[in-house]
Amino acid sequence: MRDPVAIKIERALRNPAIFFGAAAVIGVIAIAVLVALALTFANVLASQFGLSLIVMAIVLVIMLTACALCILAERRVSAWVQDRHGPNRVGFAGLLQPIADGIKMFIKEDIIPGNVDRPLYLLAPALAFGIALLGFAVIPWAGYVRWPWMPADAAPLATQVANLDIGFLYIVAIASMGVYGVVLAGYASNNKYAFYGGMRAAAQMISYEIPMGLGLLCILLTAGTLRLDDVVNAQARAGLWYVFYQPLAFLLILTSSFAETNRTPFDLAECEQELVGGYHTEYSALKFGMFFLGEYAHMITGSALLIALFFGGWHVWLLPGVESTTWWAMLIKFGVYWLKIAIFLGFFMLVRWTLPRFRFDRLMRMAWQALVPMGMGLVLATAILVVLGWNQNLLACSAANALVLLVSLLWAGHARTPVTGRQENLPPIDVRPA
Amino acid sequence: MRDEDILVIQEPQLTAAERLYLPQIVDGLKTTLRHLFNVQRRNQTVVQYPEVKRELRIANYRGVHRLNKDPDGRVACVACFMCSTACPAHCIHIEAGESPWPDREKYPVKFDIDELRCIYCGMCEEACPVDAIELTPCFDVVGLTREEMIFDKEKLLEIYDQTKDLKPRKNPPVTDYGLTGGQDPRVAAPNAEEKI
Repeated sequence: MRDPVAIKIERALRNPAIFFGAAAVIGVIAIAVLVALALTFANVLASQFGLSLIVMAIVLVIMLTACALCILAERRVSAWVQDRHGPNRVGFAGLLQPIADGIKMFIKEDIIPGNVDRPLYLLAPALAFGIALLGFAVIPWAGYVRWPWMPADAAPLATQVANLDIGFLYIVAIASMGVYGVVLAGYASNNKYAFYGGMRAAAQMISYEIPMGLGLLCILLTAGTLRLDDVVNAQARAGLWYVFYQPLAFLLILTSSFAETNRTPFDLAECEQELVGGYHTEYSALKFGMFFLGEYAHMITGSALLIALFFGGWHVWLLPGVESTTWWAMLIKFGVYWLKIAIFLGFFMLVRWTLPRFRFDRLMRMAWQALVPMGMGLVLATAILVVLGWNQNLLACSAANALVLLVSLLWAGHARTPVTGRQENLPPIDVRPA
Repeated sequence: MRDEDILVIQEPQLTAAERLYLPQIVDGLKTTLRHLFNVQRRNQTVVQYPEVKRELRIANYRGVHRLNKDPDGRVACVACFMCSTACPAHCIHIEAGESPWPDREKYPVKFDIDELRCIYCGMCEEACPVDAIELTPCFDVVGLTREEMIFDKEKLLEIYDQTKDLKPRKNPPVTDYGLTGGQDPRVAAPNAEEKI
């Protein structure tokens, strides 16, 4: 029988006043603890290493919370798109649903099937989630900060876990490692559907790595640097985001990041209609949850990267720019960054519930016959601009993008897609409505 | 299937704009966004179940079973086994005994329905010659064990007491066959309803 106290708590938390009151109390306590810790460890915060550690911890916590909230948001968005309400029971407007989901994941029976390759089977979910988190290291979260207790002549600190000189290369390397979790899961499960899922994921991720790399190359040529914080600073100084310079490169990387995150319309690795659950068919309880969280972590990483490259990172017009290194400017920048990530996540979800899944051959054709040539043309055009010294010229860059798009369009209009899997000797019947 | 029955159609060739996918994607996003922000529509569509209950068609909704009582408060069932024979899920278990009443030969000593096994098709209701078993509009029947969900005669009669106001027994009892010699109005004019 159910406990009446639990029911009372549940009812009470549905009340917005009580819910937000409790949330505010917890928030105030958390902020007080954080401020107290910051003041206690002021010296640690004043060193780059210490700050990196703190950023790592904070971003990890935000990230896990965001993943959990993403699952709720995904369910709500899908419900709204389909004229439903979605989970709206646990807590005010269903906001505590992630906690309920988490408890469910923890207490479910964790089944390990008999014939799996045990070490790999256990390793795969950890890889899927861990690697998705790794990409966070090079995201420049909030520019530079100089604490009030630091000497005025000290160099401001970067709010970045690792301020790498090879940020771009690091991202490419990490992104290609993301396939390991999926492929290992498919292989270790000893199940043909899971294996198909893993194979598809491998083929798809390797294919879409190339347009992604080409798109990154365009930004690299435009910005002239491999450091992500320099890319963001350049956009903030110019006041113009690179999406205006390189719209086509943005589309390339956007499409590729959809494919890299294994989300609709590119979720062939887990398509329920054909492959049961794809690579995570044999996983249950928290291991399945790890894959689930990994997908959302991947989405957040991908969005953060796209924002850093194309949407000016923490930069918004009229808000503190590169020169402001005060702590409150840093907080504003951090907030702006996560706001942009939230908008991007909303877009990802909307696309998922809008587009149907690609057929696998179409998926491959799109990568190899459309995105790769387009990306190469774009790299060529940008390289020519670099030689001419116009790579920072808005007009020249967008014109080059438009030109490449136009050429691709003309080519697409000219070339005919071969029809596969049909009997060619029979007369075709035109089914297109007049 | 003959060869000429097979209709081979060719995929329509996409135009350049269609192959770019972007206009179509934008169109699709417009549709989903329209639904996303249409609060009124989803408020109309969704029934917030535990607080708001849907209006059921009480006369023919197929929920949990009940065993009807005749006006004297006796179980109306005559233990003819028609329902358990008709049942496609084999969820009705009856044990018949000699009736203590003069107007019928048998009555059910035991009458168990496994509500978890039942598929709520209503065949038992159709098969019953005395309209003793009926499906009620109650659908929110829960239990914590499987044994709890095997409803016995007392439970089924209790459901009748609970639902008789909501859904009165369909027909007057006709358990006095053989004794009144066809005094039942339905026997006198079997097609009365159709003539109207």
